[in-house]
Formats: sequence, C-alpha cells, structure tokens
Amino acid sequence: MPPTRSDDKVGDTTVTVPRPGRLSRAWQSDIAWSFRHSPVAIVAAIVFFTLVFAALAAPLIAPHTPFDPATLNLMDGFTPPMGEGLGSGSLYWLGTDDQGRDVFSTILYGMRLSLMIGLAAVGFAAVLGVSLGLIAGYAGGWVDALIMRIADIQLTFPSILVALLIFGVARGLLPPESREQMAVWVLILSIGLSEWVQFARTVRSSAMVEAKKDYVQAARLVGRRPVAILFRHLLPNVMGPVLVIGTIYLALAIITEATLSFLGVGAPPTSPSLGTLINIGQDYLFSGEWWILLFPSLTLLALALSVNLLGDWLRDVLNPKLR
Amino acid sequence: MFAYVVRRALQGVLVLFVVAFIAFTMFRFVGDPLDGLLGQEATQLDRVELRERLGLNDAVPVQFARFVGNALQGEFGNSYRNGVPVAGMIAERLPATLELALVSALFATLLGIALGVYTAINRDGWLANTIMSASLIGVSLPTFLIGVLLIWVFAVELGWLPSFGRGETGNLFGWDSSLVTVSGLKSLVLPAITLGLYQMTLVMRLVRAEMLEVLRTDYIRFARARGLSERAVNFGHALKNTLVPVITIIGLQVGQITAFAIVTETVFQWPGVGLLFINAIQFVDIPVMATYLLLVGTLFVTINLIVDVLYAVIDPRLRAERPAGGAST
Repeated sequence: MPPTRSDDKVGDTTVTVPRPGRLSRAWQSDIAWSFRHSPVAIVAAIVFFTLVFAALAAPLIAPHTPFDPATLNLMDGFTPPMGEGLGSGSLYWLGTDDQGRDVFSTILYGMRLSLMIGLAAVGFAAVLGVSLGLIAGYAGGWVDALIMRIADIQLTFPSILVALLIFGVARGLLPPESREQMAVWVLILSIGLSEWVQFARTVRSSAMVEAKKDYVQAARLVGRRPVAILFRHLLPNVMGPVLVIGTIYLALAIITEATLSFLGVGAPPTSPSLGTLINIGQDYLFSGEWWILLFPSLTLLALALSVNLLGDWLRDVLNPKLR
Repeated sequence: MFAYVVRRALQGVLVLFVVAFIAFTMFRFVGDPLDGLLGQEATQLDRVELRERLGLNDAVPVQFARFVGNALQGEFGNSYRNGVPVAGMIAERLPATLELALVSALFATLLGIALGVYTAINRDGWLANTIMSASLIGVSLPTFLIGVLLIWVFAVELGWLPSFGRGETGNLFGWDSSLVTVSGLKSLVLPAITLGLYQMTLVMRLVRAEMLEVLRTDYIRFARARGLSERAVNFGHALKNTLVPVITIIGLQVGQITAFAIVTETVFQWPGVGLLFINAIQFVDIPVMATYLLLVGTLFVTINLIVDVLYAVIDPRLRAERPAGGAST
C-alpha cells in the first residue's frame, strides 16, 4: 500500500498535510471543473433542477388544486393568461382550460407525473438491462447468446413501437375497470421494457472485459458466489457508462411517455401528464385558446432539452469513447 | 458473398418466426378470441361449438402452424371491433401510409443532404451556425409537438394548408393517391415535414460530419491543386464519397419513419395503418395489433436485409468470414 500524504516523513518531524474536505475535493474534481467551464451544462442544470423542484413542490407552489372538482368554477373556463376568472375573480397567470382548471397548476402536477414515470421507467430499464447484461457478460455461452439474440430482435424495432405494443397487450390482460388506475404502472412497464437493450449491451461488453481480470478470479478463488461476484465486484466497475445512458434515456423516456399520453393511450385526462395536457390543448387551437396548448408544450420542450444537454455533457466528460 | 447473404436471410427468417410467435401469443392468449365473434346473448353451448370449430382445442403447436399458414395466405382473422377481415382493413389503408413515408424520406434525404453540404462548406458562416443550432432543438422536439406547432402556424394562424386528412385522392396506376390532386398535395406537406424533420436533421448532421472529414483529405487538396472549380471539388469529389454511410442510415431510418408514422397519422388524422393501430390499442383490438406487428416485422427484416446486402456490395471486407458474435448495428 502506498503511503498516504498524512504520514509522509520529512527528516524526523512528521508533517501532516490536512486532507481537503469532501466538498472542496468535489469542487476540484474533473467533473466539477468541466461543469464550471461549460455554460451550456450550467444553464441546462439550472433549468432542469428548477423544473424538478417545481414538480416536487407542486402541492406547495400550485395556486389552485386543479383535480379537485369542488374548487373548480366552470365560469372561470377559458380565462386568458394574466386574466381574472369571470366566476371567482381570481387571477390566473397562465390562464385556464375549458373546465376552469388553472393551466399553471395542471402543468406543475403534469410535470410531476411525467418526471415520475420517466425516472421510474429508466430505473426499471436500468435494473433489468444491467442485470441481464452482467449475467450475459459473465456467464457467456448459451445464456449470453440467448439474451443478446433477444436484445437484437428487440433492437430491430423502434422503442416507441415496442412500448406501444407492450402497452396494448397489458391493457388487453387487464380487466376494463382497472385500466385507468393502472395506466401509470402500465406506462412505466412498457417504457422500461422498451429501453433495457442499450443498458444490457453496454454492460455486457464491459463485464466481459472485467470478468477476465485478476480481482474477479481472486473473488472466485476465495469462493464467493456468482451473485456476489456479479453485484459486489463487477457492478461497481461497469457503472460509468450506465449513468450516461441513464441520463440520455431519461429524456427519451419523458418524450416517449408524452407521446403515448398524447396519442391517448397513456396517462388518462383525470390525472394528466404533460403529453395529455398537450393533447387536450390541441383541441382548442382552432377556437383561439392557444395558452392551453402552448405552456405545456414549452414545459415539455424545456424538460427534454435540458435533460438531453446534460446527458450530452455527461457523456463527453465521463466517457469520450461513447461519442 | 453468397454465403453471407444466405446467413443474413436465415437470421431474418428467424426474427420473423419470433415475431410471428409473439403475434400468435397475443392473438390466442390476450383476450378471448371468442368474444369478438359471438354476440352478447351467446350461450355456453355456442361457445363450446365455436371453440371446436375454430380449432382452439388443438395442441398449441398445431394452432401456431395454422396461424402461420393462414398468415402466409393473407388470412389474419376478423377485427374484434367491427368484424371485418383485418387483411382488407390494412390493404385499404396501406397506400396512405406508404405514400406519407415515401414523401417524408425524400424530403429528409434531399433537404438533409443539401443543408449538410451547405453547412460543411460554409462552416463558419452565420447561417450555417444558425442551422446547426436549430437542428439541436429539432432533435429534442418530440414528433407530435412538431406536428401540433406546424398545424398551429400554417393551418390555424396563416390558413395556408389543411390541418387534417388526405384531401382529395386520385387514381395513380390503380393506387389511391393524393399526389395527383392539388388538395391532396397540400394536405401532404405538413405531415411529411413533421414525419421527416428528425431524419432530415440526422442526415444533415451526418453529411456535414462526413463532408468535413473528406474535405481534409489529400485527394481533395490535389483536386484543388489541379485547378478544378470549387463546385466540381465539392460535389463531384467530396459529396460522392460521403454518400455511402448516408445511404445506409437512410435505409435504416425507413423503419423509424414507419414507427413514427403512427404519431404523425394521429396528429393529422391521416387515414393510414398507423392510425388504425392506435385505434386498435385504444379498443384492445388484438387481431389488428397482431397483424400490424407482423406487417411491420416483415418490413423491418426486409429493409435490414437489403441494407446488409448493400453493405456487402459496397464494402468487400464484409464478404469475408466475420468472427462470430461481432457487434452488428
């Protein structure tokens, strides 16, 4: 073991150089340096975390409770932005929709749902893909061949199509009464299942390299079980690219969710996500109520663009080879 | 070469087999096939008789063989929702989708190559930089949002173009086409741009990157030294050598275009197979979903096969035996 800085000896006296604290080490790390020198990443991060914060604190920030019918005033319907509702007289920053729901509040709650589904779907895809990739890369042989052939076949089809199909099949298996309540879970399942392949392929190739290294052989020699080797020893060494793929796929998952909801096969109008809101807003374009469409669209764009830019930046920093 | 093509074709057949099996599983086990065929007042006896007549009591492999046999003859059963044969429903709507996909692919290719060449040649010009920045937003915009925004600007505010449907269709070589009437052509503009925009930016960025690479090579410098005109260098020498990867990307993107046609067709109420598929999902119309899956699977496998063969024709290294399990993307 190499001597650490604190027990370096100069002559007879021991000079102790204090180890910098965690925060200052993080501040001086390569990632932080490149973050501070990339204006795009800074702006994207500010936008993204503002949106996440707004989504998390939606119940506190939202001036209205849009999904509680008791608080709605139908007379307030179609109030333009910065206008006062005809019924209640309250001010609506971004206007209201046909039922008098405050657009700003519905966006906050919709973003909450979009983000939650996106994160859960990517998490599910990552867990599934990383596990299968580790197993394929470590086991090799027919297990590897089977998993990777399934991945190849799925990769032949665009992920939106796979998600749509899984969504349709899951709906077919559910009894009609519970379809609306289960919609969010079905969305997470279908988007997650449509995105695991890239995780598995990346993890498999790094696991194949790592599995040949000495520390893995040593772990095997001391008699660790395969599961322990996979998740305690291999996993930490293949996680770098997973983070990058995860960020990029978060943007994809948010867009896929919005697309499914927009198509009317995702989140139901009673608990709308951003995609559902855009779908609702589309109906009022021809009658001139542009705000019902515009503001959810801008929010979705800001969300997708900021995650995309953060993902691009992270990819360049962590793993230039992936470019 | 021959062995390579045969191996690729066999892989394609295997993929199709798996797709057919998934379609069959959906068809047979998701929802009850009898529900669509029998009315509300059917008795238990009717059900038993129909089960027997449809062969739903046979062994599963036998049923699967029958399913594949029927599919090969263009027999996909009846829609649960309106009881007519699925094959007819699809055949009726396929021309609309193919036409839309074709026009979008053309738009993406031609404009993509043109803009790619322009931004590569004028790499520091303000217009080129603007185009490049705009393309980043274009990539992040979801297809449906592009469609909705185009409708807003060009159909609602400006009123130049229709916002939904195919317009009038005329007969073009026995094909119900909207390419031959003015209103049909006008209806095609917005959906085609919506569908092709992502691919257009993709082609543009690829052409630009390849062009920048080629423009640095020695043979371009020699072409300049020979005193060839700028035009001859850029288009005759540089562009020609960038087209190989572009062609393969476009080939592979045809699949993406087909998938996103579902979205575009919903936004513009375009009467194609994608809209049919979305409606099938909403009403859990399993036969239509299964048939669409088979159709798209066949299309993708065929495209991949063509691209693989083209690769082999273009790149002699691929004709040699490749190590097993090589990454193929």
